[in-house]
Parts: sequence; C-alpha cells; structure tokens
Amino acid sequence: MPEPLLDVRALDAFYGDFQALFGVSLRVAPGEVVAVIGANGAGKSTLLNCIAGAIRSSRDAILFDGEPIGDQPAHAVVGHGIALVPEGRRLFASLSVEENLLIGGQVGRQGPWNLVRIYDLFPVLAERRHVPSTSLSGGQQQMVAIGRALMSNPKLLLCDEISLGLAPIVVREVYARLSSIVAEGSSLIIVEQDIVQALKAAGRVYCLQEGRVALTGSAGTLTREAISAAYFGA
Amino acid sequence: MEWVNIIIQGVLIGGLYAMFAAGLALIFGVMRLVNIAHGDLIVLAAYVALMTTDTLGLNPLLAIVVVVPIMAAIGYGLQRGLLNRTLGDDVLPPLLVTFGLSVIIQNALLELFTADSRRLKAGAIEVASFQIGEGVWIGVLPLLQFVVAVAVIAGLQLLFYRTALGRAFRATSDDQSVAQLMGLDNRHIFALAMALSLAVVAVAGVFLAVRTNFDPAIGPARLIFGFEAVIIGGLGSMWGTLAGGIILGVSQAIGAQINPGWQLLAGHLAFLVILAVRPEGLFPKVQA
Repeated sequence: MPEPLLDVRALDAFYGDFQALFGVSLRVAPGEVVAVIGANGAGKSTLLNCIAGAIRSSRDAILFDGEPIGDQPAHAVVGHGIALVPEGRRLFASLSVEENLLIGGQVGRQGPWNLVRIYDLFPVLAERRHVPSTSLSGGQQQMVAIGRALMSNPKLLLCDEISLGLAPIVVREVYARLSSIVAEGSSLIIVEQDIVQALKAAGRVYCLQEGRVALTGSAGTLTREAISAAYFGA
Repeated sequence: MEWVNIIIQGVLIGGLYAMFAAGLALIFGVMRLVNIAHGDLIVLAAYVALMTTDTLGLNPLLAIVVVVPIMAAIGYGLQRGLLNRTLGDDVLPPLLVTFGLSVIIQNALLELFTADSRRLKAGAIEVASFQIGEGVWIGVLPLLQFVVAVAVIAGLQLLFYRTALGRAFRATSDDQSVAQLMGLDNRHIFALAMALSLAVVAVAGVFLAVRTNFDPAIGPARLIFGFEAVIIGGLGSMWGTLAGGIILGVSQAIGAQINPGWQLLAGHLAFLVILAVRPEGLFPKVQA
C-alpha cells in the first residue's frame, strides 16, 4: 500500500464513560474509496466523527498526510482537507441552498470545487439555489449536504449514511455522482447500512462490530458468509 | 396637535428602545444567551462616553466613534473569557453569570463614579428643534437618535442577510456542531456577535446619556425596555425590534400624557397585551 492519506491507529473513543470504539485501525490511500459497514451502534458514525474532529481523540491516533490531528477541533480539521457529510444531512435551515454551499466554502481551501462545479455536478440545485434548503426533497437535500462538504475542497470526504431515507432510484443517482468526486482526486470513506451499495462503490471494506474492526478486505473478495459473520457476530 | 406631538415623541424615543432591543435580540438569536447584564452594559457605555468626553473634550455625539470600539472590544473579551464557558445544554448558567455580572457592573460603577446622577452635554443640539406643521415640533436630537437607530437596525439586517459574517451567525445559530464542521470556530463567532451587540449598546448608551440623567442603578430598567421591545417585535427580523421599540415608546408617551405616573405602566400594559394576543411577536421567526 502506498503512503496512506489517512492513518487511524488504535483509536479509542468515548462518550463520557461509555467507550464506543476499541483500538480501531484503518487506512485510506490517496484516491481510494473505503466503505465502513456494520450494524446499528457498531461505531461507524463515531469513527467518522472522530476523524472529522467532532469527537476529540488522542493526538497520535489519527494521522492525516502524516500529520497527527487526533486532538484538533472540527473547525481546524476541515482546514487540513477533511469534510464530513453528516448523517441526516443537517442542512442549515435558515439558509438558502446557495448559502449552505457558501458556508461550506468559507474555509477557503483551493481546489477543483466551487459553486459552478457543484451546480454542474447537481444541476437541479442550480435551479433551486435561492429557496430555503428545507423546502427541497430528501434527495436534493442530500445533494446540498454533499455539495456543502465538497466546497471545502477536501482531500478526504466522509459520507455518513447518504442513502438513509432516500428512494432506491435517488440513492443510485447520488452514488453515480460519487465517481465524479473521486475523479477529481478526493478519497472517500462511505459509511453505509446498505451493504450491497457500499460493496459496489468501494474498493476496500471495513466491517465494525461493537466498536471493533471485525473484518477487512477488498470489496471483491469478501464472501457473503464472512460479511454476515462479521456483521452479526458469530 | 398636542397628541400628534406626543405620538411623534413616542416614535422617536422608540428608536432608542429599539437599539436596546437589537443588541439583546442579536445575542439571543445567535447563541440563545439571555444577557441579564445588557442594561448595565448600556450604562457602562454611558460612563465610558462620560470619561471620553471629560478627558478628550469631545462632543458626546463624536465620542461615539471612541466608545463603539471600546465596548466592542469589551464584548469580545467578555465572551471569550467568561460567557463562552457558561454556554451548553443548560440555560441556567449564562442567566446566573450575567445576573452576577449585572451586580458587579453596578457596584463597580458606584464605587468609581458615586451614585450621583450624571449627564452628557451635547451643546446647542440638545434644545434645537424645527416646526413641521402648525403646532407640531420635532427636536433635532430625538430625530437624529431615531435616524441613527434606523440606520443601526438596517445595518444589522444587511449584515445578517447579505454578508459572510451574517451567514456564519445564522449557520451557527441553526446548528453549532455542523457549523464547526464547516470550519467556523463557534467561540470566535459568539465573541464577534457579543462585540457587535456591545457596539450597538455603545451607540444606545451615548444617546441615553445625552437625553437623560443616568446613574449606576438605571441599567435593569433599560434591560426591561429592551426585553419588552424584543418580545413585542418578535425574533424573526431586526425590523421587529424597531417596531417593538416604537410601540413601547408611543405607549409610554400616551400613558404619560394621561397621567405622568402612568408612563411606565402604559408601556408594560402594551407589552402584556401583545404577549397575550400575539405571543410570538409581530415579526415571528418563520420556522421553528
């Protein structure tokens, strides 16, 4: 494996006294798409929140571009080039579609993404740029959430359950655009409950179970039985 | 004609109340902090203006350009050093801390400046007035104060809805944790909001000090006026605070005309009526 872009090393995470992650290690190479799957409560969102800085961890547990960032707050982490599309989209309700995108870009990182390119990627948003973000359909809101994260020109994009609550046809549409994002050089971590979708999109897969990595391998080689065992526990 | 004059007086003083209210509404809107010390900060601004005019010999209305940055700096420091530590899921700590701050400011001013009433002298402009119709007169100073209030409110409205800083304020107000994922440091954003609030307080404090006598104990009553104007106006728009201030000012003027002792009572009654009939205010926030 080449020099990893992201190197998570024996990461522990806590909510107060409750430990959610136990020694999780994960690597993402530049340009790679990695899926993290697992049952509800396995720690998938916690892992993404740790990487994004929304949950602080120890300094050396997370290396990005070789730099330890585990103890940095979220507003600093985004400046290094990590952006999170949060679970449930969480758009800014009192901001218009365009304002949501602009907020994503205010960190000021240079790169391929800007308003024009986001509207090329999701043309439907251009038509609705001035309406309140909450008046959009679920799929369109998900596009805004992805666009908002892309506006910071991340080297690593974290997608938390982007298929949640969307119709299958919309899910396929959203996933189809992810390849354009990878083509621009971003790496991706996709957290999904929808295993079929995740395996299709990703090169490698990590399966979490009760806060630990239960299985890892390339998406093509893992058998259904192995995934099922890692998913539910043997 | 007498009533026309009274209504005009009420509208013009409403501008001052709107400035009291705008600073409160801004802070509550951005960080859900109810600043009990707001009135005392207005009085503090008046004393800062007093010191400025005494030491620099400036006209109080020019002193605004000195008082505004001083109060804004105090606001930034206050938020970063103290109030940010009180914010969280519980609404009680910021209430208690700003209440304590109110007591501290009042007593510090009492210690430094005694309980004597003070006043800023703005010169001839204080008594200047002009006639706009038969028997209808407008004071230059109250008119200037009202025009400044409208300009302040319009400026805040523009800032909130047309600038990157305003967008950051609204985003942080909507969802703090996601705003941080966008690279917004909420401690800094909150401190900027408090700086802006106290900049408005500075303008209000100077006009208050030119208009009426002040002493260290009058802060809490200004806080009440500010609260009432916010609640009458609603939290949906900065213009609401102007409407709220005007309604309060006019009610007080009418009350005072009927019976001098009814000035404050009439204002409180108008507030209670609006609270009963339209609890969300005249310009409610559109979405919850």
